[in-house]
Amino acid sequence: MALDQSFVGRSYPPTAPYEVGREKIREFAEAVGDTNPAYADPEAAKALGHPDVIAPPTFVFVITYKAAAQVVQDPQLGLDYSRVVHGDQKFAYTRPVRAGDRLTVTSTIDAIKSLAGNDILDVRGEVHDEAGEHVATTWMKLVARAAEEA
Amino acid sequence: MTAKIAYDDVEVGTELPARTFPVTRATLVQYAGASGDFNPIHWNERFAKEVGLPDVIAHGMFTMAEAIRVVTDWAGDPGAVVEYGVRFTKPVVVPDDDKGATIEVSGKVAAKLDDRTVRVDLTAVSAGQKVLGMARALVRLA
Repeated sequence: MALDQSFVGRSYPPTAPYEVGREKIREFAEAVGDTNPAYADPEAAKALGHPDVIAPPTFVFVITYKAAAQVVQDPQLGLDYSRVVHGDQKFAYTRPVRAGDRLTVTSTIDAIKSLAGNDILDVRGEVHDEAGEHVATTWMKLVARAAEEA
Repeated sequence: MTAKIAYDDVEVGTELPARTFPVTRATLVQYAGASGDFNPIHWNERFAKEVGLPDVIAHGMFTMAEAIRVVTDWAGDPGAVVEYGVRFTKPVVVPDDDKGATIEVSGKVAAKLDDRTVRVDLTAVSAGQKVLGMARALVRLA
């Protein structure tokens, strides 16, 4: 069933702050096998001009994906999450995420489309730090594949 | 931001050092834990096949994380990446053996833009198929 177009433009309340820890960044960098010292060694990060270790570029998705749960699980929207695949992903950074950040995410539904029975949902996440400064914007396209005929 | 590559030293067509990244079932379990994405299609073969996949597949975000390493290793400072986007076109299928799969990533400078920024176009291939489309990063160079 096609999703309700009236949800386009809807924003959800900002999330409670996610505190970015050095060890979480290290864990994520190890999981993707990336040994760049900027992710693990505060001195190496400082040598590059960062106040503390920074996170790999895709790390912020961990936070925005968690935030998007309130969209994809919104019972009024009615997305069939069991049939969802990740279509596209994009990031734009004002600055890299770094240890010590307390980040909030505001999720907005940018678009809803229906194509050959598939529901396509574009969710934007605006990520801000504790001072209210913009850190990153993320765009996630989810595709809920059409249910098979019974 | 302190990229180790100077804008004036690159041209359209400059190739970045290509890399091949291995991915096994153990890699996916580790990535699931670190990212918080526990969708069973990434670790449960029975479930993956039930929903019509050929086998367990890698997280798209894992592939996206690997692909940008070609850029961040080249630029030196990962903070030099100002934009990064991909389309997930094919899944990376990861068999249950010790070898797993590989993701081969190459990149080249596709455009020189304002503000000492370049656009790098990335190609990611697994089992002979392109797994990312429109994979592009904007990188601010020194």
